[in-house]
Amino acid sequence: MTNEKHHIVPYSTYAIILAALLLFTFLSVAITGIELGEFTVAGALLLATIKSYLVLTYFMHLKFDKAYIRIMVGFVFLVFLAVIIITFLDYYFR
Amino acid sequence: MSQAIHHDEHYDAEGSKIAMWLFIFTELLLFGGLFIIYSVYRYLNQDAFHLAAEELNTTIGAINTVILLVSSMTIAMSTSALQKRQKGTTLLLLGITLFLGLVFLVNKYFEWGVKFEHGIFPGSEHMTENLSQGEILFFGLYFVMTGLHALHIIIGMIIIGVTVAKVSSGKVHADRSALLENSGLYWHLVDLIWIFLFPLFYLIH
Repeated sequence: MTNEKHHIVPYSTYAIILAALLLFTFLSVAITGIELGEFTVAGALLLATIKSYLVLTYFMHLKFDKAYIRIMVGFVFLVFLAVIIITFLDYYFR
Repeated sequence: MSQAIHHDEHYDAEGSKIAMWLFIFTELLLFGGLFIIYSVYRYLNQDAFHLAAEELNTTIGAINTVILLVSSMTIAMSTSALQKRQKGTTLLLLGITLFLGLVFLVNKYFEWGVKFEHGIFPGSEHMTENLSQGEILFFGLYFVMTGLHALHIIIGMIIIGVTVAKVSSGKVHADRSALLENSGLYWHLVDLIWIFLFPLFYLIH
């Protein structure tokens, strides 16, 4: 725990992550501008997922946290994903 | 929480962090439920959602996205600055974060203001008479979800304000940084929610 506390993330790491986040934002604005039909939603959500992964890993320090916190967060997101999938299985097959 | 830190000698950074994450999970439940409602209604009213979404200003949405992402970086940097024992830099970075939060809210105010001028607000005459059920649903979800998000921005700014006070008075420092780290986690959560709100409401037409 003392090790983690003393792990200081350099400013440059955060700047690089911000650059990546901005890039993905502009990319998602660009791809939703083109008519891709069904793929527009999929593409925008995929980019949002990548962005949230970056925020969770670097800005929220999960990369530097103990494994059990990462597992906890991952588990909660998987449960949420499962709820979405089950909901849509219901609507698709009605 | 801040009182416990203030009065109690007991300090457990890891315990605080777990508590913060547990709280974040409840927030995910709150917004997650709304996201599921949004997706189901979108699936059931595809054309109406398509039509209604064109009413939203993608440029303001994109600007607010950039603002929140930058503010997330500045608060993340402030934790590094605190650990490096650079109090001035920490306070400066937190100040920038607060300022960006305020700019976000001002943009939101003008954005909602334009909607109100066009007669688009929950229960308005224009909406109930001219818009379809699906469009009313879209705008209802838009106001509830962006409104709840803006409320989180306000709460986040209050928490950051408290942190600024405690950093400048020296109660929060490199060896006792849990409050700053947890405010950071909360602010990133707010950012995380916006990362999904932006494409769902503004981008997908």
